[in-house]
Amino acid sequence: MTKKYDPVENFETTREKVGYVPRKEATQQDYDRIGFMSGLEVHQQLLTQKKLFCRCPAGIYHDNDDYDAELIRHMRPTLSELGEYDGTALMEFKTRKEIVYRINNENACTYEIDDTPPFQIDKEALEIAIQISQLSKLNIVGEVHVTRKQYLDGSIPTGFQRTAIIGVEGSIPLKHKTVRLIQLSLEEDSCREISDVGHTRVFKTDRLGMPLIETVTYADMVNPDEVKEACDYIRFLNRSTGKVRTGIGAGRQDVNVSCRGGSRVEIKGVAHTRWIPALTHVEAFRQYALLAIRDELKERVPDPENYSISYQELDYYAYEFDSIPAIKMAKHNGQKIIAVNLPHFHGLLSHFTQPAHSFSEEFAGRLKVIACLERPNMTHSESLEPDVREEDWDKIRTLLEASDQDAQIIFWAPEDDVETALETIEERCKMAFDGVPEETRKSFEDGSTVFERVLPGADRMYPDTDTVPIPLEDSYIDKLEQKLPGEVIDRYQQLKQWNVPEDTYHYIFSKNLFPLIDKLVNNIKLDPVFSGTFIGHKLKFVEGHYLRGEQFDYAQIGELFEFLKKENLTFDLAEYMLPELYEHPKMDFESILTNIEFSRMAPEEIKGKISFLRDKFDQIKRKDGEDHKVNWLMGQLRKEAVGNMKLTDLLKEIQKQFQTN
Amino acid sequence: MSKKDIFQGYRGRALEVLKKFNVRVWGKAVADTTRGHFEGTVLPRSENDDDKHIVMKIATGYNIGIDTDTIKNMTEEGYKEANYAIPEKEFPFSDDNPNVKLFGTGGTIASRLDYRTGAVIPAFSPGELYGAVPELADICNIDTEKVFAVFSENMGPKQYIALAKAIGKEIENGVDGIMIAHGTDTLHHTGAALTYMVQNSPVPIVLVGSQRSSDRPSSDAALNLMHAARAAGHGDIAETLVCMFGPTSDEYGLLHKGTRVRKMHSSYRSTFRTIGDIPVATVDKNKVELIHKRYNHRRKDREVTIKPYFDDRVTMLYYYPGMKPDTLDALVDNGYKGIVFVGTGLGHVNKELYPAIERAHAKGVHMYMTLQTLWGYVHMFVYDTGRDMMAKGIIPAGNMLPEAAFIKLGWALGQTHDPEEVKKIMLTPINDEITEREPYNGYLIYQGGIPEVEEFIKKVHK
Repeated sequence: MTKKYDPVENFETTREKVGYVPRKEATQQDYDRIGFMSGLEVHQQLLTQKKLFCRCPAGIYHDNDDYDAELIRHMRPTLSELGEYDGTALMEFKTRKEIVYRINNENACTYEIDDTPPFQIDKEALEIAIQISQLSKLNIVGEVHVTRKQYLDGSIPTGFQRTAIIGVEGSIPLKHKTVRLIQLSLEEDSCREISDVGHTRVFKTDRLGMPLIETVTYADMVNPDEVKEACDYIRFLNRSTGKVRTGIGAGRQDVNVSCRGGSRVEIKGVAHTRWIPALTHVEAFRQYALLAIRDELKERVPDPENYSISYQELDYYAYEFDSIPAIKMAKHNGQKIIAVNLPHFHGLLSHFTQPAHSFSEEFAGRLKVIACLERPNMTHSESLEPDVREEDWDKIRTLLEASDQDAQIIFWAPEDDVETALETIEERCKMAFDGVPEETRKSFEDGSTVFERVLPGADRMYPDTDTVPIPLEDSYIDKLEQKLPGEVIDRYQQLKQWNVPEDTYHYIFSKNLFPLIDKLVNNIKLDPVFSGTFIGHKLKFVEGHYLRGEQFDYAQIGELFEFLKKENLTFDLAEYMLPELYEHPKMDFESILTNIEFSRMAPEEIKGKISFLRDKFDQIKRKDGEDHKVNWLMGQLRKEAVGNMKLTDLLKEIQKQFQTN
Repeated sequence: MSKKDIFQGYRGRALEVLKKFNVRVWGKAVADTTRGHFEGTVLPRSENDDDKHIVMKIATGYNIGIDTDTIKNMTEEGYKEANYAIPEKEFPFSDDNPNVKLFGTGGTIASRLDYRTGAVIPAFSPGELYGAVPELADICNIDTEKVFAVFSENMGPKQYIALAKAIGKEIENGVDGIMIAHGTDTLHHTGAALTYMVQNSPVPIVLVGSQRSSDRPSSDAALNLMHAARAAGHGDIAETLVCMFGPTSDEYGLLHKGTRVRKMHSSYRSTFRTIGDIPVATVDKNKVELIHKRYNHRRKDREVTIKPYFDDRVTMLYYYPGMKPDTLDALVDNGYKGIVFVGTGLGHVNKELYPAIERAHAKGVHMYMTLQTLWGYVHMFVYDTGRDMMAKGIIPAGNMLPEAAFIKLGWALGQTHDPEEVKKIMLTPINDEITEREPYNGYLIYQGGIPEVEEFIKKVHK
């Protein structure tokens, strides 16, 4: 070889060729150029006493090692109603996983481990799901049919999730557009994964079976910010009922993204909506990059149908592998080291796909999931951080009879997994000719994603034969509709009309505090801006800086203001009482007043101190001027005045006394 | 179906609506309702469901029901009938593998969904089973025959006899082992029946079922079939066995004697337990491991004895406190010739029944005593009441399980009505339906919650 190939340079060149722009610099024109499209599947746990199909308590969790028994299942694909195997199903079967479930008697019964058929659906959950469907403007079905949705990854011991459509075809309003909803389903939550190493995957069953709703939108969002806005709206809408769970994992979403000519890729389990913009941005460009790779390949290979890879097992001692820890460890564990030649893939393994990854990552991710090879599981001839020596690559290329147009992968695997690994590599190569494989991807906080599973299709839906359809009569639905809270969009408009600053809205809706503000304004007759900022700024600050007492309830804030009103104390005192109330919610308000060293004083008494202090100021002043004098006086009297009289009144009084003199 | 039913399962109001708007099952329909707009493929309706709803599969694959009272208009915009046929695959034979005959009788193991009734039906031919469990071909050559397609609860004397004769024929034809796919509810009745009817078999006869239908990814059907194939094709135990999960985990199966096994949980995978003894062996995909030392070994000869007899004028009487004599009288008056009592404790019924028992005895009814406790022996000498009953003609059946005794009495009466002959048949065990000794570990029901039991359960998969 004449000139040494530089993968890093290639990565940068291809990034430019794809036209990648960092998220902060991206404009709608960029998203229009690549044809950004996105839709959401927003999951929300419901606040019920019990699980959906059994009578176990919901919301009781346990540590990974706190279990009473373990059991093992294997999942086999089954034929669908239409007589076909689902793609994901086959992939999962290929992985030959042994699934271990850890059961704790506190929160799981024989239903969770599929040794008992389902009991009747939880009525409480059904009602909440119907109400949220009504708020989402969905058409409520006449009869609820429980369907089995296959999951062979082991996350549900039955191998399927029981799920039922409550409503179809709804919509949510965003600031500048309406987003259409496909459907809302009520389903059982899945197990939580403890570990997934090699051929063993361990789950715990505490979360399994808890009622969960999934709101699915059409792919109506055309830029990352809209996706976040829609997601926030749905989450706020769910929370506005006050009947959903909050906290880690209670709400999570799958984000579907594609670019023009790309495919639907589902980014699974995004825990925070603030991660959405970066993830969708990176994913759309990843797809755009994969399309560029496809175009390049199509030029190089005229007949992709006959594409095949070749491979050779490598003799560890024939190469400088001792300096590469992963390969050394593989050798130590008795694994095979296999070199694979990918004809015509030169310059593609180092092709840009994500800011932090090149195309080679697509292979590594699939080898981990499908062939169960723990990472690092491979290296390649275009590594951005080269490990194998160039002369070794030359030897390997000779062994593989590779041409300059080819690229090479070296992977290491237990003997039993080699075949699946080779199939996985060849399959991914072939997919490159089609562009973007439909798949689900796991997200990371930096916005990057990694392959998780093949995207399952509608083929994996089966009617549940263990349950009967549940009719939803008009009278029942109408009754539920009467109990609905106000709509988020109306609440949003109301806050705007009240001139409550917008920076408080996210907090107010995410904690479902609008009803409280509404009560402060309409029942206690507080000023709307004061109420909004008290909640959106003051309470938010306290939540972020103080330890929440176990019994604290937001409703106590309303009681606090009622107390102040009754006691004829001014409302600005609430700010000083709030941290105490938040940390010690059982303490009565009088005790809180004592704790913050408040003493009741008649306004006249406070006003009476003005003339004395004015004289005092004149004695000790270091600066002249009316303003200084007023400020100093306010400072001296403020602590005594808060709660006892309005500070504006105090100021007026001071100014008045100055004027009279 | 001779005439094509285009409104499968629909009746009453729902049928009227479909007819009115000219929409067929499998039609792609759009419904305009007071609850909004719905689109999807109209599916057949389960016959047991009401006539107020129409079922649709929507684009996302889910099913929903539409209330007929809300429908304002409905149009059919396309039609595509789904074909649920599962391709039947021919079994690949290998000269190195033993030849096993698989009889299909129905039940969960050989079942799939009927999308019309929405129920599980036994309509899965053994050939289709192979399509679902290709690993079977690595274990043995399987030839299949569907003898009947009935749920386990519909198995009865006629089926036992037909099955026994079919087994006899296959053994004479030189098969290396027999597998019988069977519903689980009465697997132990059939286990007992075949033990009595097929004697001196040179090859294993393995009954197998599943607790979760094979249309479910976590079904136990595939593994049970593999275990049964291993036991039938390679195992050395030439007896009638029941092969089902040991623990509920996908780990290994147990081989139980057909006469000592019982279904003990309505839905657990590990529902079958050997009662009053230990199972014969464990089995996994690769091997059969013996637990019992004493069993009938596999032989090369074909000298099987088929005894296909049964008199169905036999019944069981499960005793309860305060039972009135007329219950027994009614059975006798209706012509029952054999009664298996399932008595309390060591084998008791109340004194009030005595005259009825005497009457039954005088009429030549054959009466045997078994136990509600399931574990342990009938001991009618311990209390006077027991002695009284024996004097009145009730014969203690040792530690025979009630179901095993019931089947045996029917089988015995199918051969003779001579009381002494019947008694001899009943009390001479064919394969451990009565055992001389009960091992200390023949009775083990661990009590959950006890620390040492919890420790065991945490360590060992249940």
